[in-house]
Amino acid sequence: MPRIDKAAISRSASRSAAIAARATGDLTVRAIGLAVAANRGLRLSRRRDTALLPASSISGRALVLIIAIMAFLASLTAGTVQLVSSASTNWRSAIAREVTIQVRPQVGRDTDADVKQAAAITRASAGVDAVDVYSKAQSTQLLEPWLGQDFELTEIPIPRIIAVKVSGHPDFGTLRKTLDQIPGVSLDDHRIWTARLSTMANAMILVGLVILGLVLTASGLAVAFATRGAMAGTREIIDVLHLVGGTDRFIANQFQRHFLRLGLKGGGIGGLAAIAVFVAAGLASRQWVATPGGDQVDALFGTFSLGLGGYGAVVVIAGVVALITTVVSRLTVFRNLRGLE
Amino acid sequence: MEIDRVLRFENVGLRYGMGPEILRDLSFVIQPHSFQFLTGPSGAGKTTLLRLILMTLKPTRGLINLFGQEVARLDKDEMTGLRRRIGVVFQDFRLLDHLTTYENVALPLRVQGKDEASYRSEVIELLRWVGLGERMHVPPTVLSGGEKQRAAIARAVMVQPDLLLADEPTGNVDPPLARRLLRLFTELHRQGTSIVLATHDFDLMDQFDARRFVLADGYLEIFS
Ligand SMILES: Nc1ncnc2c1ncn2[C@@H]1O[C@H](COP(=O)(O)OP(=O)(O)OP(=O)(O)O)[C@@H](O)[C@H]1O
Ligand SMILES: [Mg+2]
Repeated sequence: MPRIDKAAISRSASRSAAIAARATGDLTVRAIGLAVAANRGLRLSRRRDTALLPASSISGRALVLIIAIMAFLASLTAGTVQLVSSASTNWRSAIAREVTIQVRPQVGRDTDADVKQAAAITRASAGVDAVDVYSKAQSTQLLEPWLGQDFELTEIPIPRIIAVKVSGHPDFGTLRKTLDQIPGVSLDDHRIWTARLSTMANAMILVGLVILGLVLTASGLAVAFATRGAMAGTREIIDVLHLVGGTDRFIANQFQRHFLRLGLKGGGIGGLAAIAVFVAAGLASRQWVATPGGDQVDALFGTFSLGLGGYGAVVVIAGVVALITTVVSRLTVFRNLRGLE
Repeated sequence: MEIDRVLRFENVGLRYGMGPEILRDLSFVIQPHSFQFLTGPSGAGKTTLLRLILMTLKPTRGLINLFGQEVARLDKDEMTGLRRRIGVVFQDFRLLDHLTTYENVALPLRVQGKDEASYRSEVIELLRWVGLGERMHVPPTVLSGGEKQRAAIARAVMVQPDLLLADEPTGNVDPPLARRLLRLFTELHRQGTSIVLATHDFDLMDQFDARRFVLADGYLEIFS
């Protein structure tokens, strides 16, 4: 026989007497719910309902950490993809706005005259905005980084460069044909470079998207495992909820409440961390710009600033991670509940 | 709504796994507005029979018809729908330790999505009536065995079920309190609920004139 709480019993006994003193049956009737008004005056202070699944049953901190890491990686990837794709658009349009004409010195010809003629022809053709003829000294200077300052260049026939700024869609075919009539002159519209850069940029973007998919899948799996663990730990509670008339949907909603919160938390932390990394990288790159290395970084990634679209992508990814968390946990709960019985 | 039959068992048998048949060939009917004690020695299968009625066990053979529906043909949501018409006092209470006593008693209404304001006063009144008015904000872990039992009973009767299954609902309380709790069941019965009350306590059964279902050796005998 279990211990009996004497105080409670005597209390209930005296109460029992009091109740018996009043109309017995009628009071019981009220007790089981037909009467409503009697106790309206006495209200519980309005407080939020305790969650039906205790937060401690779901290893929340570990899961938030996992989700945060996944969201961070996913956001980083998405941001990088965005960076590469906008940088490559910039390269391509910058390159497309410029063509180069090369004049190789030919034995027995006046190179300066050839350069002048080529420049004149180019200037006259449609779509050309500006023609910048590099002097011999300038052309030589272009080679300096490779050959060094002390190299005696005057004896070597150095090709002369004419930089041409174009706009719209100039007719390179005709121009090239005309220029070809001058020996040693060739037109380079960087088509090969543009194509290669595009291919490379597209490959990087594709790889980025694949990584993004993998990271999102991995976070979905992590959430599925966490949900299963949480369900195993709350089996007793789930049973009781079923027995007192809770539907699968109701129970799934209880889990969802938890996992949505964890997902938002993890996604938020990961997304913010990724944004912080991009902001830091942007600031750092601004400091490098003055250095020669900075020029290269600048050429590759633009200013390394993510832009609104990039930050938008990070926010969307963090949101997607939270959404995946919620949906996956809900589906997992439904699947497991169906497996019960 | 008037139901012609709350429950019918037809040649129901049950064994756990490969074990012996615990219940053999049970056939009986429970009418609306009826009261029956279920008794028999420990291990006779009283809890097992109640679990069959609550659909948490499937019979090995035979048919169970609950509220006019063949249980074998119900899907999960339909079962849940029927369970909402059944109140259960479990032998081991099955209260949730992370909720307060008040929240435990209100649970059947809460899972139905009812607004707390709509049932608060009824829950409080019921808690007072079973003598838990002062204990409603503590978790069941700090309740005595008898207090837990009363909380479990309060949860079962809260929804005014059509059928009430009570498994040893007075096993942990002294005779005066047992009588008082029995009165809760008889009152509920008076309002139209069918009651199945499993108990060993012959004194308790003598307090109220009702059919007695006696389980022994897997068979059921009914004494009216
Ligand atoms: N889950 C189970 N698996 C296997 N055997 C079980 C299971 N539950 C109960 N039994 C067996 O079934 C028989 C009937 O058990 P049951 O709990 O229905 O008895 P009872 O009449 O409720 O007993 P008590 O009066 O002690 O509560 C017992 O022999 C028990 O060992
Ligand atoms: Mg039992």
